[in-house]
Amino acid sequence: MIEVRDLVKRYGGHTAVDHLSFTVPDGQIFGFLGPNGAGKSTTMNLMTGYLGPTEGDVSVDGHSIQKEPGRVKQSIGYLPEIPPLYPDMGVEEYLAFAAELKKVPKRERRDQTDQVMEMTGLFPVRERLIRNLSKGYKQRVGLAQALLGSPKVLILDEPTVGLDPKQIIEIRSLIRSLAKDHTVILSSHILSEIQEMCDHLLIIHHGRKVAAGSPAELERELAGDSSLEVTVKGDAAKALSLLGALPGVMSVEARPCPEEGAAAFRLKQSPDCDARESLFQACAGAGLPILELRRDRMTLEDIFLRLTSDDALSPAPADDGPDTENPGGSPKAAPSDGPREEDED
Amino acid sequence: MRAIYKRELRSYFTSMTGYVFVAALVFFTGIYFMAYNIYNGYPRFSYALMSLMTILMFTIPILTMRSMAEDRRARTDQLLLTAPVSLSSVVMGKYLAMVTVFLVPVALAAFCPLIIAANGQAYLKSDYAALLAFFLMGCVFLAIGMFLSALTESQIIAAVGTFAVLLILFLWDSLTGFLPDKLGDALSVFSFTGVFQNFAQYDVFDVSGLILYLSMAFLFVFLTVQALQKRRWN
Repeated sequence: MIEVRDLVKRYGGHTAVDHLSFTVPDGQIFGFLGPNGAGKSTTMNLMTGYLGPTEGDVSVDGHSIQKEPGRVKQSIGYLPEIPPLYPDMGVEEYLAFAAELKKVPKRERRDQTDQVMEMTGLFPVRERLIRNLSKGYKQRVGLAQALLGSPKVLILDEPTVGLDPKQIIEIRSLIRSLAKDHTVILSSHILSEIQEMCDHLLIIHHGRKVAAGSPAELERELAGDSSLEVTVKGDAAKALSLLGALPGVMSVEARPCPEEGAAAFRLKQSPDCDARESLFQACAGAGLPILELRRDRMTLEDIFLRLTSDDALSPAPADDGPDTENPGGSPKAAPSDGPREEDED
Repeated sequence: MRAIYKRELRSYFTSMTGYVFVAALVFFTGIYFMAYNIYNGYPRFSYALMSLMTILMFTIPILTMRSMAEDRRARTDQLLLTAPVSLSSVVMGKYLAMVTVFLVPVALAAFCPLIIAANGQAYLKSDYAALLAFFLMGCVFLAIGMFLSALTESQIIAAVGTFAVLLILFLWDSLTGFLPDKLGDALSVFSFTGVFQNFAQYDVFDVSGLILYLSMAFLFVFLTVQALQKRRWN
């Protein structure tokens, strides 16, 4: 189990990581999500002991990285954003060096380097100089290096960046297979990747936690009310009054409809209410055939964009959030323009 | 530490740097040895070493400039600093690799007094004592160069900075002469070239000078560790 407690990193006046706390249980794939410059890499550098925190601490299985750096570092494999490779070394030579550096016992070194080369598909290039490898292979060498010494925890900073689609799929399935006996922490700014791979994710912005949870949880909690888009055939006025009368529907607005003799509407329904069934029944009863019905929910992507766009920062839906960012406006006005923005997409 | 030492040593000899360094020193050792000892028949090799001292000023920066700066630029320091090894053993591994490279031309130079002895009267004791002082002085310069390399990401800045500092150290005795008496006297204790001259020119086995060399080498290795440590916490 990895515990990050109240981590702060300041560079001069700039705060890169701002009181970040979270816990990663064993065997989880934990995702860090945030726009570029959100503090993902800095947090990872702090967790691996490359940087020292201004405040706070990181511990693995109860051992603090400050107090027992050797022991904690041995249980962490780290692939930084730029793989730390020596271009003048061969692949196998480099991995042998990394194994020795990680204090892998001499008799196991050979087996382990063979094993990680097998896992990452490096056998065809084992003799080549790292300088001459493609970006994808360099990334794999970096990953192989992280796997040496069979660490309990793998910390991967944007592991799929710069790879071609086929390699991305390979690396993803590799990471998923690694999760069977490692705890994996990975960062990305590619949402679909995180959504697909991670059990749990943490969205950070300006070095602060803005939301955390499983992808499904986040979608459920933060998506807010959903809306329905419906196109029916027949008289628009009749349809409008019918739809407005449905239980759970808060508002109906007409949308432009390209089809002749049909009308399109957007329905806002109250949270935890699904009006689709009653809508179908009502339309069928009134002789208005439904041509199209679509539930328009906020996806994880919308949530991510909303949480990490700067103007949405102050009414953060997560637990924290400074509330002093309404420039000029009277303080009383603050509660009324609450966290939900009216949709305008 | 062993892993880093081996890697660094190998990299000096796969990247030309080591060869260039060794070749330059051996070449000039040969030139001075030939000019002073063979051609003019002067029996003391320490005299050639005195001239070789200026060559150190140009060659030491070649060896030290990339030691720390390159790791930082290429981000390979992320591998070293997140591995379960202490910062001081990372620095020691690198330092000892440089000392080992430097030992090659010194070991080759050790044949010169024997060549003199084979041809007549030689002063082996004083020559080897001078060579020891020469080697230790080089070790101090290597530590200084490594420290400067730890302060920057650029090998060029590290090399130029090291060259400038070494130049000041070579001119140390004349520079301290310009200072007021007491200050000048106090600072002249740190005359690295003066210690070497005691060995090479005056045949004095200057124990306090050797202690100065060792403690200065230690100091700059220590400062290198501190410079890296500070970067983690800046």
